[in-house]
Amino acid sequence: MEEVVFFAGAIGALGGAIAVVALRNPFYSVLALVVHLVALAGLFLTLHAEFIAAAQVVVYAGAVMVLYVFVAAYVGGVEEPEWEPIAGQKYMAPILAVALFVELSIAILGTGLKAIGDEGPTIPLGFGSPESIGTLMLERFLIAFEAASILLLIAAVGAVVLAARKREGGTPAEREAQNASEEVAGFGG
Amino acid sequence: MSATAFGWLILLFPLAGSILIGLGHRRWPAKTAGWIGTAAIGLAFAAAIGAFLSLLGEPAEERQLTSSAWDYATSVGLDIQLGILVDPLSVVMCLVVTGVSTLIHLYSTAYMVSDKGYARFFSYLNFFVFSMLLLVLAGNFVLLIVGWAFVGFASYALISFWYRRGTATAAGMKAFVINVVGDIGLVLAAFLIFREVGAFEYLTVFEESREHFETNEGSIVAICLLLLVGAFAKSAQIPFHTWLPDAMEGPTPVSALIHAATMVTAGVYLIARAHPLFELAPTAADIAAFVGLATLIVAATIALVVTDLKRIIAYSTMSQIGYMIVGVSIGAYTAGIFHLMTHAFFKALLFMAAGSVIGAMAGNQNIDRMSGFRRAMPFTSLALIVGGLALAGFPLMSGFFSKDEILVFAAERGGMYWIFAIGGYAAAFLTAFYAFRIGFRVVLGEPCEEAKEVERGGLAHGEHENPATGEKEDTEVGFPGSEHHIAERAPGMKIAMGVLAMLSIVAGFIQLPGVTAGMEHFLEGSFEESELFHIVPSEGSAYTGLLIGGLMAFAGIGVAYLVYVARPGLTGRLRSRMEGVHGFLQRKWYFDEAIDFLVYRPAIKLGQFSNNVIERVVVDGIVSVTAGAVREAGLLVRGAQSGFVRAYALLVLGGFAALALYFLVVSS
Amino acid sequence: MAVEWYLVLSALLFATGAAGVLLRRSPLVVLLCLELMLNAGNLALLAFARSTGTEDGHVFALVVIVVAACEVVVGLGLIVAMFRRRLPLNVDELRGLKG
Repeated sequence: MEEVVFFAGAIGALGGAIAVVALRNPFYSVLALVVHLVALAGLFLTLHAEFIAAAQVVVYAGAVMVLYVFVAAYVGGVEEPEWEPIAGQKYMAPILAVALFVELSIAILGTGLKAIGDEGPTIPLGFGSPESIGTLMLERFLIAFEAASILLLIAAVGAVVLAARKREGGTPAEREAQNASEEVAGFGG
Repeated sequence: MSATAFGWLILLFPLAGSILIGLGHRRWPAKTAGWIGTAAIGLAFAAAIGAFLSLLGEPAEERQLTSSAWDYATSVGLDIQLGILVDPLSVVMCLVVTGVSTLIHLYSTAYMVSDKGYARFFSYLNFFVFSMLLLVLAGNFVLLIVGWAFVGFASYALISFWYRRGTATAAGMKAFVINVVGDIGLVLAAFLIFREVGAFEYLTVFEESREHFETNEGSIVAICLLLLVGAFAKSAQIPFHTWLPDAMEGPTPVSALIHAATMVTAGVYLIARAHPLFELAPTAADIAAFVGLATLIVAATIALVVTDLKRIIAYSTMSQIGYMIVGVSIGAYTAGIFHLMTHAFFKALLFMAAGSVIGAMAGNQNIDRMSGFRRAMPFTSLALIVGGLALAGFPLMSGFFSKDEILVFAAERGGMYWIFAIGGYAAAFLTAFYAFRIGFRVVLGEPCEEAKEVERGGLAHGEHENPATGEKEDTEVGFPGSEHHIAERAPGMKIAMGVLAMLSIVAGFIQLPGVTAGMEHFLEGSFEESELFHIVPSEGSAYTGLLIGGLMAFAGIGVAYLVYVARPGLTGRLRSRMEGVHGFLQRKWYFDEAIDFLVYRPAIKLGQFSNNVIERVVVDGIVSVTAGAVREAGLLVRGAQSGFVRAYALLVLGGFAALALYFLVVSS
Repeated sequence: MAVEWYLVLSALLFATGAAGVLLRRSPLVVLLCLELMLNAGNLALLAFARSTGTEDGHVFALVVIVVAACEVVVGLGLIVAMFRRRLPLNVDELRGLKG
């Protein structure tokens, strides 16, 4: 039973991933990613990471992907030209990716990590519950928690600044530049 | 005060004078420079007398005193002091140098007075005297070389004093380059001495060398030959003599001081000072004597035909220095140094008189145009005659005793040395002849235009041209002065010439053979361990030698009278009959051409080869190939900076994959 | 399931994401592929958490999600700004680093 769920999730995740990479229309890629994320959430559940699975669906697939959808709709489809300007990129990229995969697999499967050959120790009840994660966050990983919070803040501010609509006259720097160019034009005229 | 203290004072006064004049030449009126300069040398002369008297107070064996100011360069195995050696030889030289220099400075205050470079002249002249005194007073070979080089520089500065004249600067460079060749010889000799003996101080070297060297051993002969290279370059002996006639481009006081009395005698001084080394290498000493003999004959023959007044006197100097070199090389130290002293007197006198005559001739130096100055310039004419008599070796003049004593000594040594005596007497005849060539030409005969001008009370004025090339000169810039001066009207010149004339007459009496031996006794302090010094010719041979010398002088003067006064057209007919010989002598035995061919042209070719091949092809080639390689490598690497983000990402991933592969391989 | 299955799957997803970053030219899709890589990492983290029996991996998976969210926000903001200034939405057109 567990294997079935695992393989279902794996195929979903893999399929979604390949679809993200292969589909031409970016909007479809976004949707493929959503599928991928939900499949991953299922896999998280098999790993007894319930809270993370929930967070994945709610935050990631829910909020972040909605953002993507909005932007994809706003920006629209981008026609990607067929011709590859960088020499050799079209062939080197898959080759390198495969090489990477093979190396990682060798590392994983060929190592003497005895521990990964089995399922792992018996897990206690409440493993992966919000309670245990919360305790960990506020006790052992407090600094990481705080840092992540600050990061969120900075990201929010940064996004607003980056995407702000141009005000009449533009930012102060842009107004300076415009005044300077007007002066020069006045002399030149 | 001790003798060495006087020694330092002798050095100090001219140096201070030079610096003082140099620093203040714009602030004070020009004439002050002249007085400061003369006073500085006068004080040095007083200090030299002090040193002389102080040395006399010491017992004869202890008259070699050294004093060191500070350690010049000391390290392991090396000990060079800034030290002077005050001994009879150096004191005699100092007396001569400072004495004659004082008189020449006095002469210059009047002679150079209308020259815009007056202060510069005195600064250089004082510096020259300082350098010469440093050379003479040096107590070790290193300081000798320092003084030697300074003297060379001072000579260059003074020869090309009128630096707007092309001929003057060329002559200055020629003198300097030949002097540098001599310097090389001297420096190499110093290195060899240090390698063999391990010291530079004179007294140490001379003592050690007696134990260290066998007679005529290869290294000591090499050292002496190298010292001779230096001596010959400085004293204008063959083959390094070509600079001296050209050096007459300098002002007449410079010719009088440097190229008659002092600098050119530095070679003689060197051989006399290093006599222990030369006595250990008789081969080298003999070579020196032969070179001196060759020079004295060659120069005398050239002086018979050249027509520039100062150049005749210059060749005469070369010839007389040949006598001195012969003297100190064969061991006649007393006679050689004595002749150095008397020669300084009468040669400086001759140059001063020549300066006066040239002043009357408005800068023209061609002897063929001069005649009959006896009424117009009586004092100058008398000075010329007195100088000529001393030069010719007329009996009882100073030159008579000094020159003949060398030749008598040569005869006394016998054997091979007879050749020096014979050659010397033959040249004495020639010397007397050309000395009175000048004398009779300039003094007797019909007064020329310029002489008549002077008689009338005026002074001839020329076009301010370069006498050699006829190029017009600009005296507003100052070179040379806009006015010329003659002795009759300038008291400074008169006093200097008068004193020298007196000395030319009486100086002989301090070393009369058999009667007085002032010079010999005094110099004994420096030469006591030399065997050759103690060879004293018997009175009989001395008197015979003097007799022969006197006869030569009379003969020479007589023939000159015949040729120039009694039968005026004789020289013209002789010249047309002996065209070849005359041409050969006129071209100065083709020495200049030989040096041009043997030395100058190969050097130029070497320089051109170095420039075209080594510099352009090899060196530049290496540099540009290297630069090219670096540039190509840079262009190659630049290809990776494409600007494509995806390419960079590919590189990142590729690198990561490679790293992972490496770790996999290593850990397996 | 043994943990190694999850790890191999994670490696596969990571490689796929990497290939996508290198091959696609639309910045939007490049960001999506970056998400793939991040999620692969998350999977690996959780697999190891399961195998060691501790929840440290869970905490860090959360942090990774936070980081991913921030990165997406900034990245999309950039894309919107580019679109507003009418710059071509093509990673290859941005060649300022050339030289």
